[in-house]
Amino acid sequence: MGQFVYLTFDGLSRGLVYAAFALALVLIWRAARIVNFAQGAMAVAAVYVAWSVTNATGSYWLGFVVALLAGLVLGVTVERVVMRFVDHSSPLNGVVVALGLVLILQGALGIVYGNEYQPVQTPFSRDAFEVGGVALLSRYDLFVFGAVGAVVVALTLLFTRTAVGLRMRAAAFAPDVSRLLGVSVGGMLTLGWALAAAVGSLAGMLVVPTELGVHPTAMDVVFVSAFTAAVVGGLDSPIGAVVGGLVVGLLLSYVSGYVDVTVAPMAVLALLVVVLLGRPGGLFSSSKARVA
Amino acid sequence: MKRIATAALAVTLLATAGCTGSGGGGTSGAAVPGVTDTEIVVGTHMPLTGPAAAGYSKIAPATKAYFDFVNANGGVHGRKISYKVKDDGYNPANTQTVVRELVLQDKVFAILNGLGTPTHTGVLDFLKTNRVPDLFVASGSRSWNQPDKYPGTFGFNPDYTVEGKILGTYVKENLSGKKACFLGQDDDFGRDSLAGIEKILGPVAAKESYVTSNPNVGPQMGALKAAGCEVVLLATVPGFTALSIGTAAKIAFKPQFVVSNVGADPTTVGKTLGAAAPLMEGLVAANYLPLNTDEANPWIQLFKKVNAEHNGNAEFDNNVVYGMSVGYLFVQALQAAGKDVTRDKIIETVQKNGFQGPGLVPLRFSAQDHSGYAGQQLTKVESGKAVYFGTPYTTDDNDGPVAAYQGQAATPPQNGVPAA
Amino acid sequence: MTDVRTKDAVTAADAPVTARRRRVHPVIVIAVGAVLVIALTYVLPPFRNYQLATVGAYLCVTAGLTVLTGLNGQLSLGHGALMATGAYTLALTQNKFLNLPLSFAVAVLGTTVVGAVIGLAAARLRGPYLAGLTLAVATVVPSVTSTFDETFNSDQGLSVALDPPPETVPMEQWQAWLCWGAALVVVLLLALLVRGRFGRDLRAVRDDETAAKLAGVDVARTQVLAFVVSAACAGVAGALFAVLAQSVSPGAFPLTLSLFLLMAIVIGGLGSLFGALWGAVLLVLLPTLSQSVGESTGSQRLEGNLALVVFGVVLVVVMLAAPGGLASIRMKTRFRRNR
Repeated sequence: MGQFVYLTFDGLSRGLVYAAFALALVLIWRAARIVNFAQGAMAVAAVYVAWSVTNATGSYWLGFVVALLAGLVLGVTVERVVMRFVDHSSPLNGVVVALGLVLILQGALGIVYGNEYQPVQTPFSRDAFEVGGVALLSRYDLFVFGAVGAVVVALTLLFTRTAVGLRMRAAAFAPDVSRLLGVSVGGMLTLGWALAAAVGSLAGMLVVPTELGVHPTAMDVVFVSAFTAAVVGGLDSPIGAVVGGLVVGLLLSYVSGYVDVTVAPMAVLALLVVVLLGRPGGLFSSSKARVA
Repeated sequence: MKRIATAALAVTLLATAGCTGSGGGGTSGAAVPGVTDTEIVVGTHMPLTGPAAAGYSKIAPATKAYFDFVNANGGVHGRKISYKVKDDGYNPANTQTVVRELVLQDKVFAILNGLGTPTHTGVLDFLKTNRVPDLFVASGSRSWNQPDKYPGTFGFNPDYTVEGKILGTYVKENLSGKKACFLGQDDDFGRDSLAGIEKILGPVAAKESYVTSNPNVGPQMGALKAAGCEVVLLATVPGFTALSIGTAAKIAFKPQFVVSNVGADPTTVGKTLGAAAPLMEGLVAANYLPLNTDEANPWIQLFKKVNAEHNGNAEFDNNVVYGMSVGYLFVQALQAAGKDVTRDKIIETVQKNGFQGPGLVPLRFSAQDHSGYAGQQLTKVESGKAVYFGTPYTTDDNDGPVAAYQGQAATPPQNGVPAA
Repeated sequence: MTDVRTKDAVTAADAPVTARRRRVHPVIVIAVGAVLVIALTYVLPPFRNYQLATVGAYLCVTAGLTVLTGLNGQLSLGHGALMATGAYTLALTQNKFLNLPLSFAVAVLGTTVVGAVIGLAAARLRGPYLAGLTLAVATVVPSVTSTFDETFNSDQGLSVALDPPPETVPMEQWQAWLCWGAALVVVLLLALLVRGRFGRDLRAVRDDETAAKLAGVDVARTQVLAFVVSAACAGVAGALFAVLAQSVSPGAFPLTLSLFLLMAIVIGGLGSLFGALWGAVLLVLLPTLSQSVGESTGSQRLEGNLALVVFGVVLVVVMLAAPGGLASIRMKTRFRRNR
């Protein structure tokens, strides 16, 4: 029983990070119809910036804020400087450019910071509270829950309750009409990238300290899990991203704990196959899958 | 026709690349590849990029720094050592390419200290076919010790089974009656290590494994805790040692950790643990080279000097000590092989053995045995530093006894360069 | 800019194929290629011959991927895993029977079967969902080799028993012949295949599924077939790599391999088999070139990392400047006008 409870919380905690990261992917997909394969590398870049700031000033929180800002700036830069000029006649082009960005970012980070794992500290203790000998949650897990929860609420409010959110949705789904109605479609696109990159940076800040530390490739595995989560949930659905993230996190945790850690990626593949064969557009696909 | 023209262009491009590239090595005209009157060229493959580069990427520069130090002191038999370091990113496919480049194009005399079990296993046959000496492989796999099959290949590290037996002996003598468990990497490292441990302790109470591609050992540590383990033996790389210790603390699981030398460097592990570094206190591990923090050791003094003069004063951790020890051993072998060195001669010289260097235990090299150091001595972390205790042990990878080694430690020569 | 719907994906990419069909018969192209390659192997030094062999091995998989992604519009991030399937099948068969032609046949067959299974699932999926599924396939390789480590020996992999080449031929030359022999056969078969009805079906499905269906094309069947064909090609490539390396291990087929393959065919020029050749050449040359640049600067941090940056910059620049890939640079303007 203790084992089950522990695995559940471990899975939830990681699942929420996947959820945040999947949300970032969904944001860009909805805005630009691009799966941003550079999301992981961009998040790592932001974590490195935070690492530098924290090391220089000794303040975790200053680094944290700077990381989110760096994410925003990076998102704007990537959209304005590169993605805007991609020929969208084939959906592949965006994917390939994003992969090119991954290489550039990982190489550049390696040149600047070296290919060493640099430890990143957590703002709160990771020692779990115990109840009757069963380890439950740590303060840090609570921080992760709170941070991801806040992002989900904020994004929901943004898209459903504000004029900017409405414009962003309009620009994404009916660009020509929106432009006629005076919406700055390009500006909304940039905003979408900026927001997504900031959310991705947050996910990076949350997950990196729990693993080996920051490294140019630190988010590769997280990216694969989060992408799986987004696909399982349905790329058009923010709710799907959150649910998908939690499902993937729990699945990985249970399979590693009860079966074997080496089996975990196969379990994820099996989950994908089952979900996609049942619903080719993901669990929360609202409309029918887009043709072609 | 345009298509054919394109193909012709592509082919010409390749051909030109071939012509410009091949000019580099082998212009000596001497009978021995990579050796001229003034230079001897050796090469290696190392992960300089990618996730496996952490820590290991410091080894080759340290070896190179020691060679530069020797070169500045006149070289070996009048020859300067040139060390070509190729990045393989720990990807066996890349290792294939870079080793061929070193051998076929750069015409190196030997491959020195190629790092990694999966990476280096793939080039054994190629090196054998081309009769290239394959010296001091940087891994504790038993594959390097196959003199009949691979006569030119020699190990450096004590093999993982030897280490497992020594760690097992510590547990048996000092922690008997406690429930001993195991967490290891899911490859030869973990398997050989566990084999050695179980030769001494019998079956462990619980065993778990991890894969490097999944940096979360939460489930495994949870299982070990649930099994009531009191001693946990780790066959882990440094990052995973830190993860295991950190994760255990997180779930209020405080066993005695006994760690393989591979993953026990307190500098590396401590850095990853960060503020949680005090958790390492009391950690037991083993080593066979002088420790980087042992300022009084003459070898460390020598290596620190070389590090300052030729390695840009890189952070002095045990990877640097390791790299320089490899360099020292290779220079010893070259000195002993004499001025008219050939590939056969260097292999013969290494087999003759008798090298006295920084190692705490002798090297096992002989005509029948190509494995590296014969044993290890235990260390314990005290106030953040590893210190040796007890005596060194030697043993074999079979059922031989674990015996205390009484030999005296050697001291480095006055000028830091081994004599001929 | 905002018009990103994939329906408009009639690119300049299929132009070279159509163009070539009118000009030179593939058999002639392949014959000329074979003569060129054989001549080259006598001129090149051994290491360049090895690189030439690697280009040949890569060409098998990039050509197959070109058919799948370029002509049929299905995105696969999992071809590295299919190569691993071919490589492991070859290793296991070869170590048992020590008969190279047999092992090759079994390797291709095994990969084809795996490809058919993935293809059946893939035919139901579109765009990023297909990418997601194949991505998961790519990451499952080390997991499979570790879980069934009795057979696959975990991260360490297997070594491949090989008979030495004939005495008179240097090893590297023999490797180049083997790889290019296979590559040219693969390319010839693919070229003949896409000239005919199958090729038309592939493009029809890519350009407009509904229209293709109306015209009597069995969409699902075409898609599965495309996947099977390209999987078989990946199997050949994987088997060749196993022979080249005399070993197989999951580390040689990482996720990045799958991504690099995709990037190579896109840079080379989607949908053109000559683009696949360019892509294969790039896969071998670019890392080597940029590594030597890094080396000459002497900085350890630069050494491996600079290669990544250079590859990345080339990718992005090519995609922004010539989205049809290298093979399209000269053809582009004309074909744009034609449409």
